[in-house]
Amino acid sequence: MINKKVANVSEACKGVKDNMTFMLGGFGLSGIPENAIAKLVDLNVKGVTCISNNAGVDDFGLGLLLQKKQIKKMISSYVGENAEFERQMLSGELEVDLIPQGTLAQRCQAAKTGIPAFYTPAGYGTEVGEGKESKEFNGKMHLLEHAFDADFAFVKAWKGDTAGNLIFKGTARNFNPNMAGAAKITVAEVEELVEAGELDPNHIHVPGIFVQRIFQGEKYEKRIEQLTVRKK
Amino acid sequence: MALGKEQIAQRIAQEVQDGYYVNLGIGIPTLVANFVREDIEVEFQSENGILGMGPFPFEGEEDPDLINAGKQTITALKGASLFDSATSFGMIRGQHVDLTILGAMEVAQNGDIANWKIPGKMVKGMGGAMDLVASAENIIVAMMHTNRAGESKLLKTCSLPLTGVNCVKKIVTNLAVIEVVDGKFKLLERAPGVSVSEIQEATEGELLIEGDIPEMTF
Repeated sequence: MINKKVANVSEACKGVKDNMTFMLGGFGLSGIPENAIAKLVDLNVKGVTCISNNAGVDDFGLGLLLQKKQIKKMISSYVGENAEFERQMLSGELEVDLIPQGTLAQRCQAAKTGIPAFYTPAGYGTEVGEGKESKEFNGKMHLLEHAFDADFAFVKAWKGDTAGNLIFKGTARNFNPNMAGAAKITVAEVEELVEAGELDPNHIHVPGIFVQRIFQGEKYEKRIEQLTVRKK
Repeated sequence: MALGKEQIAQRIAQEVQDGYYVNLGIGIPTLVANFVREDIEVEFQSENGILGMGPFPFEGEEDPDLINAGKQTITALKGASLFDSATSFGMIRGQHVDLTILGAMEVAQNGDIANWKIPGKMVKGMGGAMDLVASAENIIVAMMHTNRAGESKLLKTCSLPLTGVNCVKKIVTNLAVIEVVDGKFKLLERAPGVSVSEIQEATEGELLIEGDIPEMTF
């Protein structure tokens, strides 16, 4: 088996530079690459473009990079949870490209799977469609959308093995499988890293070919954004 | 009496049929799940990657790896499935989801909807709403008939940036059930005790009133 294991997050982030484009998995704070984000804060890379469904909250997730003004541009679908984000956007410090969530997922998936562009009906007739090619299929208008081009994809899985195979848990899967393999280098962090052969091949969600580096995260806070419960 | 949010959700729940896969938006739509008849089989989809979403977990049983699109902790029912975001929106664009229920800031009489941005004031993003409204065959909007300033949210044309064009089929508000037909708002039902003229007054767009308009029943 080709060994994708690296010793730690520092080794996993080797080659990360200013002005790069990163993909970061997660939905809200669920399934985000916590260890890679902490490392990017440490490395203090500047001028980066982040492709991520959300922008974290003020003091966690991508909010940590926003606080240090490391992000030049965000490409997201929903950013309503972050006051610092709103401030930077309204003041013009931060460039923001808001795109439909399904389009975001598919632009990752397209980059991953060698599809340079695709048509989708989402956003036709809205601001999102301005300046984009459109075409009618089966009596309905569609927009031409392009695959992303990113330097690093940082994804987070529940379990992984040294061959880079990944298994997710719950809805922490979200964008992670679509981003794995969608950038020049994919860094996967997992809660539990095992030897190749220990995971059942029938249960692999992302085959190791899409992952270049894998490491076990030191710790996971797994913060809950909206705790909603019922009484027993 | 105009309806409360719970009653709007209760009325919309009557539109949910046996065998439906349903996507519920944030806000009033989320409440619809509480009122669906118990003798029918319905599965709720949340676009962050679950079919078969269940109620909120019991205290102490919450799992940070199991949330809905509103980032609330949830449970998975027996027979639920989990998937990635591209697959999730494949279900939506591929029209495998039977019914989409979402909120709106404005709806126009041609079925246009605006619900993601107030220029200069609020920009939270569209999330999955643009994909949902562009693809779903059956879209119901749940909203109040007027905004906080008392202005109609049912308009001739939307003034806010659009989420989708010609897509809304039905609107349930605190005052009425309305269908979008041939570029007009057709009044189908009134909230109990609300008169046609009250609805007319609260509707800026063209309201089509044919015959006696029945009251909603619950």
